[in-house]
Amino acid sequence: MATHAGGLTASRAVRVHNLARGFGDRVVLDGFDLEIAPGEFVALLGRSGSGKSTLLRALAGLDGDAAGSGLVDVPENSSVVFQDARLLPWQRVLDNVLLGLRGPDATERGRAALAEVGLAGRERAWPNELSGGEQQRVALARALVSEPELLLADEPFGALDALTRLRMHALLRVLHARHRPTVLLVTHDVDEAITLADRVLLLDSGRIAVDLAIDLPAPRSYRQPQFLAYRETLLRALGVDETEG
Amino acid sequence: MTVSAPTRPRSAAAVPAGRPRRRLKPGRPIPFGAAIGPTLLLAVWAAGSAAGWIDPRTLSAPWTVVTTAGDLIADGRLQDNLAVSAQRAGLGLAIGTAVGTVLAVLAGLSRWGEAILDGPVQIKRAIPALALLPLLVLWFGIGEQMKVVTITLGVFVPVYIHTHHGLRTIDSRYVELGESLRLRRTAFIRRIVLPGALPGFLLGMRFAVVGAWLSLVVVEQINSTSGIGYMMELAREYGQTDVIIVGLVLYGLLGLLSDGAVRLAQRKALSWRRTLAD
Ligand SMILES: Nc1ncnc2c1ncn2[C@@H]1O[C@H](COP(=O)(O)OP(=O)(O)OP(=O)(O)O)[C@@H](O)[C@H]1O
Ligand SMILES: [Mg+2]
Repeated sequence: MATHAGGLTASRAVRVHNLARGFGDRVVLDGFDLEIAPGEFVALLGRSGSGKSTLLRALAGLDGDAAGSGLVDVPENSSVVFQDARLLPWQRVLDNVLLGLRGPDATERGRAALAEVGLAGRERAWPNELSGGEQQRVALARALVSEPELLLADEPFGALDALTRLRMHALLRVLHARHRPTVLLVTHDVDEAITLADRVLLLDSGRIAVDLAIDLPAPRSYRQPQFLAYRETLLRALGVDETEG
Repeated sequence: MTVSAPTRPRSAAAVPAGRPRRRLKPGRPIPFGAAIGPTLLLAVWAAGSAAGWIDPRTLSAPWTVVTTAGDLIADGRLQDNLAVSAQRAGLGLAIGTAVGTVLAVLAGLSRWGEAILDGPVQIKRAIPALALLPLLVLWFGIGEQMKVVTITLGVFVPVYIHTHHGLRTIDSRYVELGESLRLRRTAFIRRIVLPGALPGFLLGMRFAVVGAWLSLVVVEQINSTSGIGYMMELAREYGQTDVIIVGLVLYGLLGLLSDGAVRLAQRKALSWRRTLAD
């Protein structure tokens, strides 16, 4: 089992050392190390099946069924955003946001979180009355309402259309700037990673193959030459050659 | 792909949106659809009695039944017996529902609970309520206690089975969500387990209310001195088919009413669901 040690290294929000995870005979992560500074926004890229979700679930403490070992040191107060919005269909939107939230001002904070993601006035709606993008915004509100130190997101925008995804990127940037949680964002999308993250990691064969700091002035755009350079580096590391086909 | 004009121009008015899609839903509900079948049955009965095809000693005419019901109400026998029956059924239903729900939650949330509880309930399910009656009479006598226990035993099984199934089929993604939000066990049960199992529970309730009236018939026709079943048993001895039919209609109405009440509760409580029937 992983050791969840608390407060070992105060200057690191996330510290993973020598992490191993596997299912049956299949080794997914082995000797995996990772450090993330407080407030840092890290995007994790990798081929399908490379173990991104496995890593994220290990950080979230949600991998009871996986065999493994290693040190996982994460803030106690962390939130997860899943690929599906995962709203309880039998609870209204506001109650979904309030799930697990305690304290006398919980309702007020829930309303404020919904307003932050642009859903003020939809508190009483049922989740299945919302569009996919709206549902994912509720999920974001639910994740942020507890003011987490660490936000773990597993392809949160994967199921959204391109336009909605761009809006969600802008929203996530604003929310990150305001609340400064440490973020680990798993994504398939190289452009999404470069647009959002301070640092992009590429997971391959159970280890970090590329660790790329993104140093681009805001607003980031595809038209910046450096953007394209990052893009090419990452795509090449992923084994995609854009000159083909 | 080309975006040139189609080679065969189609009239926009005649074909507004191409060929209509095959509808897979059963279609619009018929107004008062549920009443059509029973009304037909009633019409056949009335026609048969009026034309003299049905011997009144076999089956009294509908109007005889109505006047008999009037008489029974006038001298208070109907109300008294109904009150006694309703009390028995209500008590058995309440206890059985509570027992079934608690057992289902215990068996659904813990492996030990399931190991200990599920087997006996399945065994009880396999034994018909009538077969248990001799034992229950020996244990509890022929008084009210035996009657309520019998009804309770008939009620808790469907509540348990369907609630347990509802619980077990809650999407594991919601359980994972609860874990990721560090929900406490009470909050987990209140916000995820119980609402998630509610559709199953309400389905179980539909079986349970019908089962309660069913068990009631059994216990009231054996060694009883009050209740609708007793009223019918007495009528059998005097050959009063009209009173028997009043009792039958009453049982039917009670069953329908209580089933309707559960369905109403279902619609209210599950308004978040969109299903084939909507
Ligand atoms: N519960 C499980 N049981 C068995 N094998 C699993 C389980 N979860 C993941 N795996 C295996 O572990 C490997 C890594 O899976 P993981 O979900 O972490 O990949 P991923 O990088 O998130 O992929 P994707 O980008 O497609 O989501 C895969 O080969 C997968 O088959
Ligand atoms: Mg994944």
